[in-house]
Amino acid sequence: MKLEMKDSPGQLVAALTPISEYGGNIIAVIHQREPESPSDTLGVQIVLEIAQERLDALVAAIKVQGVSILRLGEERLLYRQSVIMIGHLIHTDIGDTIGRIDATGFAEVAELNVHMPAIAEPSTALITIKATTRSEMGRALDILRSVAAEKGLLIVEPLAGAEA
Amino acid sequence: MRVAVLGLGAVGKGLLRMLAAKPEIGLVLTAVADSSSACIDPAGLDPAAILDTKCVTGRCGPSGLTASDVIDSGAYDVLVELTPTNAVTGEPALTHIRSALERGKHVVTSNKGPIAADHAGLAALAEDAGVALRYEATVGGAIPVIHAIRDGLAGNRFSSITGVLNGTCNYILTRMDDEGLTYEQALAEARELGYAEADPTYDVRGIDAAIKLVILANTCWNLGVTLDDIAITGIDGLTVDALRLAADQDCTIRLIGEVVPAENLLRVAPRVLPRNHPLVIEGTLNAVMLSTDMAGEVTLMGKGAGSVETASALIGDLIAIRDRYVECG
Ligand SMILES: NC(=O)c1ccc[n+]([C@@H]2O[C@H](COP(=O)([O-])OP(=O)(O)OC[C@H]3O[C@@H](n4cnc5c(N)ncnc54)[C@H](OP(=O)(O)O)[C@@H]3O)[C@@H](O)[C@H]2O)c1
Repeated sequence: MKLEMKDSPGQLVAALTPISEYGGNIIAVIHQREPESPSDTLGVQIVLEIAQERLDALVAAIKVQGVSILRLGEERLLYRQSVIMIGHLIHTDIGDTIGRIDATGFAEVAELNVHMPAIAEPSTALITIKATTRSEMGRALDILRSVAAEKGLLIVEPLAGAEA
Repeated sequence: MRVAVLGLGAVGKGLLRMLAAKPEIGLVLTAVADSSSACIDPAGLDPAAILDTKCVTGRCGPSGLTASDVIDSGAYDVLVELTPTNAVTGEPALTHIRSALERGKHVVTSNKGPIAADHAGLAALAEDAGVALRYEATVGGAIPVIHAIRDGLAGNRFSSITGVLNGTCNYILTRMDDEGLTYEQALAEARELGYAEADPTYDVRGIDAAIKLVILANTCWNLGVTLDDIAITGIDGLTVDALRLAADQDCTIRLIGEVVPAENLLRVAPRVLPRNHPLVIEGTLNAVMLSTDMAGEVTLMGKGAGSVETASALIGDLIAIRDRYVECG
């Protein structure tokens, strides 16, 4: 999510302290000048990731610090990752496979592209998962791995740090 | 420096050819053995003549002598162990190497079996005896990755090693990607070209790559890991569709070995990588990427097998031993 506030002394520190207390992860702090604004005011934009269920508490805590939030741009499901799945996807109930990710509440299957060759041959799918934070993506992938192991499916994951 | 060689297959022959072709290196061959014969002469053997005898008779010398006679003769400074790999017991190489170290002889080997089976034990034996145990040729063929870890990047802290450690798998995946061949077709082609063994199980199931990962992990971090600690997935279940789906995203699939000690991660599996990733290499090549604190990322790439290529790694080890122990005392 993005959080914008006035760049006045003390405001930044006051906003940053609760973020780490609530387990948020700061991705960037951007000082910005808005040329179109008449008074040429400076603003600060903080880009951070935080678990969905802790967001409201964090916003409240920041307000308690006396920081006024100008804008709150929330992008849920910040992370996207695609993995390839091979095996008898349909016969092992692909709906259930997807459902187990969607049921988490913090991650969902955003895209599924299945290629089916001749009957009885294994099929192949590209499955794209979206999640709120990096660690929740990790948890979603753990679920997918255990579902795959249970159903005898092969998963081909991207090499960490080399995601396309 | 006097050298005894056990095993005269592809690698042993490559080494003898290079000893014959490069006398200026100054390595003197004093003993050789294959599975059914041996030949010992403390004054020096002619490597070219041994190769001729092996070619004509299938043996390197008179029967009646064996590899253990070579070891017991003591007529050498370094034992070069090049017998076939046994991934489970490490034998007969493990016994050969132990006996030589116990006699206070240096050892150089291309044999993954004993190094993966008992790296710590062998290293301790070598240390007690004040001799060297070097095994550059066990991982990545001609690529000097062990030298890089031990010498070139000494003093760095390593956070991970990732690599393409099996040329057969890399060849098969390259062909599936480039030509849309099925796994079976690409494997058949690799066999025809001599890139895959008659029984390709060790390669395509990822076991060979995992053994090399064990060696790298123990060399780099002394983790004391064994083959059982590696999560292994091979390439034999991959479909052409999988490569196509990866290609749609400007990616491809390669069999990657990966160790990240901080995450307790030891894994060999097919992985999706962007085409421009340094580990996306063609054909039978191998590559290793080392992540370090000072040097950042260092990637080495080169021929992962072959008779003369493997001899290159062996000769590098032999010269390192000569320079450190034999000539400078
Ligand atoms: N080929 C490569 O590119 C490559 C690359 C890196 C590492 N390596 C490793 O290097 C080693 C040698 O590979 P290679 O391709 O040369 O194997 P190879 O062609 O199968 O040759 C093995 C040699 O060992 C001999 N031998 C077998 N048992 C023996 C014993 N008990 N005592 C003495 N000699 C014995 C065989 O004798 P006979 O000739 O009488 O059968 C043969 O000469 C293997 O451990 C392999 O994994 C190979």
